[in-house]
Amino acid sequence: MKNFTVLDLIDLDLKDHNSLNLKCLAGRQGLSRIITDPEINRPGLTLSGFFEEFAYHRIQLFGRGEIAYLKMLEKNNIMAAVEKMFSYQLSCCVFSYSEVPSAELLHIAEKSGCAILQTDLTSSEFTVRLMRALSDIFAPSSAIHGVLVEVFGIGVLITGGSGVGKSETALELIERGHRLIADDTVVLKSVNGNYLMGSGINEMLGHHMEVRGLGIINVSYLFGVGSIRDKKQIQLLIELELWDPEVVYDRIGTGDASKEILEVKIPLIKMPVKAGRNIPILIEVAAMNERLKKLGYHSAQEFDNNILKWLESKNARNLYSNNSDIF
Amino acid sequence: MKQETVTIKNRAGIHARPAALIVKTANEYDSEIFLEHDNMRINAKSIMGIITLGANYKSVIQVIAEGNDEEEVVSAIVKLFENRFEEE
Repeated sequence: MKNFTVLDLIDLDLKDHNSLNLKCLAGRQGLSRIITDPEINRPGLTLSGFFEEFAYHRIQLFGRGEIAYLKMLEKNNIMAAVEKMFSYQLSCCVFSYSEVPSAELLHIAEKSGCAILQTDLTSSEFTVRLMRALSDIFAPSSAIHGVLVEVFGIGVLITGGSGVGKSETALELIERGHRLIADDTVVLKSVNGNYLMGSGINEMLGHHMEVRGLGIINVSYLFGVGSIRDKKQIQLLIELELWDPEVVYDRIGTGDASKEILEVKIPLIKMPVKAGRNIPILIEVAAMNERLKKLGYHSAQEFDNNILKWLESKNARNLYSNNSDIF
Repeated sequence: MKQETVTIKNRAGIHARPAALIVKTANEYDSEIFLEHDNMRINAKSIMGIITLGANYKSVIQVIAEGNDEEEVVSAIVKLFENRFEEE
């Protein structure tokens, strides 16, 4: 991950209920400071002069309590703790509730080169949104070669060797009304270690595809804005490979294969490609089957259970008819 | 043509997993292979066919093969039955 600065934090393109509404009040040279720790510190103890275990590298959030305490300090003209606090290499300070700190504090911050930010959100709301945004940014991530499409609401990551037909498969899926998230390079992020979020590498360059014989095409212009999506959880992994007569492919589907990416387990289907196999339709069915599994119905398992019941009832009948009634 | 009679020895009978095993083995040979049970004859290279035989415990099944490697395929399939499809 490249360094994440305070300016990047202000610049984050978050919408509606995710927006942090930050603006810079003072200490502009502090905008280049790097945020190393995706956590928040409430500097109550620090302001009272207690500096042990001071988590100065965290984002310092001044809520109503801290601001009232600051005012009291200023009124009584005891700014030593504040000055000492700003002598640390703080990542930045945020004032919630649109509170404006006093000129004296702004001056101290300016002198120490620490950015003072302000938000109109409440402290708790700001904390929640910031944690959400930072946990996304600081999540373990990796890039993978493949295409990410959303098929019937299931995020399907199609991988496979070069020239096996990933882009062509994705193109037909888009044509059939599904959505493209990213082509060629998919950025994967592990969200809280629970699930994988996939997106394109760059929003500006996203939703373009390179198709052999056509060159580069813009999917959102060709198929409409309904055919694209910015990010999507990865719920199914499909590995395309050329049909190998030596390999035995899964014929039943009760053995649930999976693959671990960034310590998250993703269901895996190895899909052989050969003439006469319509891969996009197979992927559609695989996605629907995956939805069915999530709803609690496992086609292959249910089928096998029914056969076992059927065979068992035959056994029982044989046992009954072959036994004599004399004990 | 090569033909042999087998009895199912595993308790569960031929369900999905044994059927897949039979198909996998049958596909390794060129001969045409059939299973016959209760007057029903199906292609041993079709999973759904084998399952719909409904061959339960102690059922008697004819293994029939025709082709240049019929001897090998029949003995390979009979061996699966003898080994109880690697179950119990």
